[in-house]
Amino acid sequence: MSSSCHESVTLEIPSRAGASGAAFASVAVVGPPNSGKTTLFNRLTGLRQRVGNFPGVTVEHHTGIIRDDASREVSLIDLPGVYSLTPKSEDERVAIEVLNGRMEGIPRPDAIILVLDSTNLNRHLMLAARIIAFGLPTLVLLNMADELRKQGGRVDAPLLALQLGTPVALVSAATGEGIAAVTRFLSAPSPKPNPLELPILDAQGCREWAVNVSANANYHRPATPTLTRRLDFWFLHPVWGGVIFAVVVVAVFQTIFSVGQPLSNAFQFVLTRAGTWLGNLLPDGLLRSLLVNGVWKGAGSVLVFLPQIALLFLVIGILEDSGYLARAAVITDRMMAKVGLNGKSFIPLLSAYACAVPAIMATRTIENKRDRIATILIAPFMTCSARLPVYTMIIAAFLPNRPLLGPLLGTRAVAMLSLYLLGFLMAVITARILKSSVLRSKDSAFIMEMPPYRWPMLKSLGLRLLDRCKAFVYRAGTIILGVSLLLWALSTFPLVNGHPPDIQQSVIAKVGQFIEPAIRPLGFNWKVGVGILSSFAAREVIIATLGTLHGVDAESHAMDLQTALHQDLSPSGAVALLVFFAFAMQCMSTVAVVRRETNSLRWTIAQFTYMTVLAYLGAFAAFHITQHVWH
Amino acid sequence: MVFNFKSAARRRHRRPASSLADLVVGERAVLQSFTLAPAVAEHLMNLGFLPGLEVLVARSGPGGDPRIYRVDGAEFALRREVSRRIAIRPVQLEQAAD
Repeated sequence: MSSSCHESVTLEIPSRAGASGAAFASVAVVGPPNSGKTTLFNRLTGLRQRVGNFPGVTVEHHTGIIRDDASREVSLIDLPGVYSLTPKSEDERVAIEVLNGRMEGIPRPDAIILVLDSTNLNRHLMLAARIIAFGLPTLVLLNMADELRKQGGRVDAPLLALQLGTPVALVSAATGEGIAAVTRFLSAPSPKPNPLELPILDAQGCREWAVNVSANANYHRPATPTLTRRLDFWFLHPVWGGVIFAVVVVAVFQTIFSVGQPLSNAFQFVLTRAGTWLGNLLPDGLLRSLLVNGVWKGAGSVLVFLPQIALLFLVIGILEDSGYLARAAVITDRMMAKVGLNGKSFIPLLSAYACAVPAIMATRTIENKRDRIATILIAPFMTCSARLPVYTMIIAAFLPNRPLLGPLLGTRAVAMLSLYLLGFLMAVITARILKSSVLRSKDSAFIMEMPPYRWPMLKSLGLRLLDRCKAFVYRAGTIILGVSLLLWALSTFPLVNGHPPDIQQSVIAKVGQFIEPAIRPLGFNWKVGVGILSSFAAREVIIATLGTLHGVDAESHAMDLQTALHQDLSPSGAVALLVFFAFAMQCMSTVAVVRRETNSLRWTIAQFTYMTVLAYLGAFAAFHITQHVWH
Repeated sequence: MVFNFKSAARRRHRRPASSLADLVVGERAVLQSFTLAPAVAEHLMNLGFLPGLEVLVARSGPGGDPRIYRVDGAEFALRREVSRRIAIRPVQLEQAAD
């Protein structure tokens, strides 16, 4: 690493004229948080990404394919946003490991694309010093060139290139301006950076260097964006800020139900029709039973929730990309402080409302290890999208929808909100217990950048949405389908005279009846018990299970699942089941990701046991209390 | 609104402000030093909180904590437990005229 203060002065803009040879095999995209790095990555790779982005902060390294001018494929790695390269946070460690080629499964990049916010150049250039010191061929992209111009700032890119000894281009990831520089850079190998000078790589040194370099490149900082100031006046207003926050949270959930529900219903109609049509094409027999009752009913009953889940991811994505989530973190920080956490946990916890898996990965941005573990441990209490289908189904089956506060807020929305609240309260209590005992920590510095407000980009939102939906469908298509098939087999055999037995005589009934004594006190019968057993793979599997069980049951065959549910559950049992799902950690993926992120089997087992016991006791209490009250 | 801030500032200024947390919303000062854990101080410096730079208390979160500070055109939320460990000095006249 070159860190000498005054290196030899070579006054030339790196030129690739006449250069020959192969293009780079793998290029890392690096940049500080809020530099628009992910937007750029999305613009460059589009649908050719292996792992997309998720709502929350960029913490995984996503890889994508980009073609250079000669149509040769180059693999692009999107690294986590980092302010510096001192291995202090997990994000920075990941970035350093990839750049050094020590990251398992990721080849050492042979070039770097450094994305900096041109409207914040003095600060963002500090990272350039550290990146250039790696000595890899580097392209420096000054992003948000359009905003820089609009706000009256300017910078001389060739002069900056001269200073840094790397090619420099002004680009806008949002509009696509100047993006061609990337393919040009990839098309011909460029020499190692040859900066005029590099600083000693401490913060003060980098800063002085950055200010010097940008001054020499005639950098004029743009005027501060007035829109952001004006919006913050309201969004962070002592009174209105809180009101707006509450309205936003309620609006998010109301959207999911008032827009998502009809969409899901329409989708269900299509799926059911298609299933019937498919069934009629096939001769009566085992194959038809397998396809229609096993495959279609099982997968279809989960797929039906795709519109709602997509909508939730979309709304969280909009909040994240617009910059409002950072303000929400400020507003919630005081509240989070009361349970010993800080506003930074808010973003992962809000993401956990979509899915605990990306949420737990998003906790990497929390520098304090104990805060991070506490956030991981409470994240699965947040009502994730996999609980959504279960809640929706049970509520729709047992609670008629009546308007409460005008047409917008009905009984079902209230029931749903109370379930969200229940999970949230349990998370708060758990955090409180953890942070005042085993995970007590002294200084958890809450330091958070407030990005300017921006219009969310359709492309970024779309890509993320597509990625999440694909992941969900993939889950429906693998785990859930597998479980459905297993259940179908267990409920179809042993065959009696070549026909499936009465459901009471099937293998699955035997299993269910075996565990029934344990769940009877919660108001569940053996069918629900089988549903719960299968839902430990993934929560929404219970619907597929019950769908399959009723699909093969002659008595309830013709009914839709919601009607059939009344055979299995009393209203009290329904409440108990809801409470069970609010508390239990029924998700193999979450267990796996907790194990990986905490790097501790002990925490993983403790969390799973704690949540399961809590679910059992909670359901027990809910069943008996409601039974006492309602009778 | 603005008048309230000013009078509050005057009241508090009987004791000269020595840390970022002593300032009221709308006030400026020059960053001087940190008495924070090295990792936290380093992080702040990477964000642009460098000794010698001017900082403005831009906004307050609910209940006055955390608050949002503007340094070098970017804004950051800091809790009181951090801001009270950041020493400041008043803005020099020639700098203030800038």
